[in-house]
Amino acid sequence: MSGILSSSLARKYAMALSAFFLIFFLLIHVSVNLLSVFSEDAFNTASHFMGTNPLIQFIMQPILIFGVVFHFVMGFVLELKNKSARSVKYVKNNGAANATWMSRNMIYSGLAILAFIVLHFIDFWIPEINTKYIHGDTSGLLQNGEGLRYFEELHLKFSNPLRVGAYVLAFVFLALHLLHGFQSAFQSMGMNNKYTKSFKKWTKGYAIIVPLLFIIIALFHFFNQ
Amino acid sequence: MDFTLKIWRQDSANAQGSMKDYKVTDISSDTSFLEMLDVLNQQLIEKGEDVIAFDNDCREGVCGMCSLYINGEAHGPKKLVTTCQLYMRSFKDGQTIYIEPFRADAFPIVKDLVVDRSAFERIQQAGGYNSFDTGSAEDANNILIDKETAAAAFDSAECIGCGACVATCKNSSAMLFVSAKVSQFALLPQGRIEATSRVLNMVKQMDEEGFGNCTNTGACEVECPKGISLENIARMNREYLAASLKG
Repeated sequence: MSGILSSSLARKYAMALSAFFLIFFLLIHVSVNLLSVFSEDAFNTASHFMGTNPLIQFIMQPILIFGVVFHFVMGFVLELKNKSARSVKYVKNNGAANATWMSRNMIYSGLAILAFIVLHFIDFWIPEINTKYIHGDTSGLLQNGEGLRYFEELHLKFSNPLRVGAYVLAFVFLALHLLHGFQSAFQSMGMNNKYTKSFKKWTKGYAIIVPLLFIIIALFHFFNQ
Repeated sequence: MDFTLKIWRQDSANAQGSMKDYKVTDISSDTSFLEMLDVLNQQLIEKGEDVIAFDNDCREGVCGMCSLYINGEAHGPKKLVTTCQLYMRSFKDGQTIYIEPFRADAFPIVKDLVVDRSAFERIQQAGGYNSFDTGSAEDANNILIDKETAAAAFDSAECIGCGACVATCKNSSAMLFVSAKVSQFALLPQGRIEATSRVLNMVKQMDEEGFGNCTNTGACEVECPKGISLENIARMNREYLAASLKG
């Protein structure tokens, strides 16, 4: 590698910045999804806006996809480089003595999230792109033309217990990933000072609450079929 | 106390190594870990066998020479001590103890438990010093430094360069060591003069030596016998970012 990715510290900054971006995206995503619990109309309106606004569709969406791909590719590159830095392993290694499970297994929680994203793309993103840009239907209306389609589609997806189970499991892995990743991103960007203790509490709160909200939303729709 | 020891034996840098079993008996609980190995080596000498090679020097916890990965932890199960300060009372009578060298490709094995940690010296040579003459001792009040900063610089300077951070890190990262060496200068006015080139050169050398990337697991901080804090790594991250922007 060359340029900005050639230094170990530059790679750290890149991972942290892409993580911050994805964490910010998660907040927006959960906020919009949460509307589906409280108001069908509000969720439909917000989804239609997100799905048709050119700034979001053609600027933010490609940036988001780049952010996701970059974070994953960089994660794999780091994992491979780090594994190759110790070609002979310890016969006995007590990793639990000095580091959390989450911090030692970011690659596995990350892989679980990646598998979920593939499922999520098949579930929502590809049909959405198909409707809007292949069939050219950007009206957002149901097939019978009576109201917007977004809530119906979401609600229907969560009727399948297997899908709900997979989503719940994926969000548990997301929580585990964020429990280490969010506070770690601050450390990577050089923030470790008298505020770190309280910041760690905030990041832990985020890491638990946001995935939990996603789980609650999925379960809400499942139990309200 | 009696122990079963499983020790990594390797004749030379390029030879194939393996774990070998040994027994030691009647070891006093107040024997240090290195003294216990001395006892074992004496037995091996008496049997006409090759002694187990291991690094050691001051045996007072200040030189950074002793290493050893004991039962899966750098410098053994006790925190804030080097192997020479580890006593056999920290183990149970009859316990099996795994003894391995510090493992990282940047720390190649020389023989048995001895590893070559000269990568750390090359990192130091890349910038871990002031290149100018700081002169003789000035009046203490000529350069004012607040107590907190002076203490932090001293804490960073406590790093003895033993390599436990590298050995314990799942990525074999040397960032705790390098950041401590960067910090001990960066915190003080004399060190600021060459701060930009220092951090750039030391990180460059660190990367060239083949150490892994830090993923902030914090294992290094826990296993460091001198309690070097992760704050040092955050400081180095800031220093490097600022230095990269300055060029």
